Amino acid sequence: MPVFYGTEIDSPLMLGTAGYPSPRILADAFARSGAGIATVSLRREAGGGQDFWALVRSLGVALLPNTAGCHGAREAVTTAQMAREVFGTDWIKLEVIGHADTLQPDVFGLVEAARILAGDGFKVFPYCTEDLVVCERLLDAGCQVLMPWGAPIGSGLGLNNPHGLRALRAAFPDVALVVDAGIGLPSHAAAAMEMGFDAVLMNSAVARAGDPAAMAGAMADAIRAGRAAYLADPMERTDMAIPSTPVIGRAFL
Amino acid sequence: MRITLNGTPRDTAAATLAEALAEARLTGRIATALNGRFVPAALRETTPLGDGDAIEALAPMQGG
Repeated sequence: MPVFYGTEIDSPLMLGTAGYPSPRILADAFARSGAGIATVSLRREAGGGQDFWALVRSLGVALLPNTAGCHGAREAVTTAQMAREVFGTDWIKLEVIGHADTLQPDVFGLVEAARILAGDGFKVFPYCTEDLVVCERLLDAGCQVLMPWGAPIGSGLGLNNPHGLRALRAAFPDVALVVDAGIGLPSHAAAAMEMGFDAVLMNSAVARAGDPAAMAGAMADAIRAGRAAYLADPMERTDMAIPSTPVIGRAFL
Repeated sequence: MRITLNGTPRDTAAATLAEALAEARLTGRIATALNGRFVPAALRETTPLGDGDAIEALAPMQGG
């Protein structure tokens, strides 16, 4: 099971809390998913914040607050400081958004904010790209977890760059790696786990499914299968056929 | 004195951040920032307000 900053989590599935049809369906989805971590955020108090706090506390999972919507390092650092106080955790999913259409991370602001926050005692989970150099800089800044995107947030496109994600896994064999964003189907999640990723973080794939709880269960099954497959050491791929039935002893007809 | 609270301008007699929150009935689990800087809960009572100050009072919310 994944270990983040020395804490082992019971499940490789990390689940967001946004966009469910109702709080009841959110709770059902979490129960079916077996997720060990829930992502949450901070917004201007408009009456619902305290009820939501009670709901997430009742889920019995670790909370990972995010800095969603922040477009610069300074804004993200302030949001992280506020989240630490409200949620009582030094874990932070660090998002510094750089592009309005793709919600692609601003990796320059991300590294800057990660360095400040790590120096202030935060345990940073950076939402990043699969760029090896950026990831190296994030590790230098003090991150012990990397969370590259699979595809743009909420797109459901799956793993846009499987080669890059595989290269990242190979480059950092001892770092906790999470595919965050872009998952749409259980097969996407399974593929990430088959590559050796430690966990998968998703929200829309479950929340926007017709039956979120059933999809949460399907995701949990896929992630379990993907992890088991990785540990079973999959066969090498080849471009040409290799007969599986023995050639020796074949009849001459 | 005129301040901004969560993006909405308002007149206030509050001398401190804590008083402004009480005046707006903002209680429970919230975090505050004044003019873009985080103010820990323990410092709200001793954080003075000035004309034109902008307060953000944030609460737990759904997130991905």
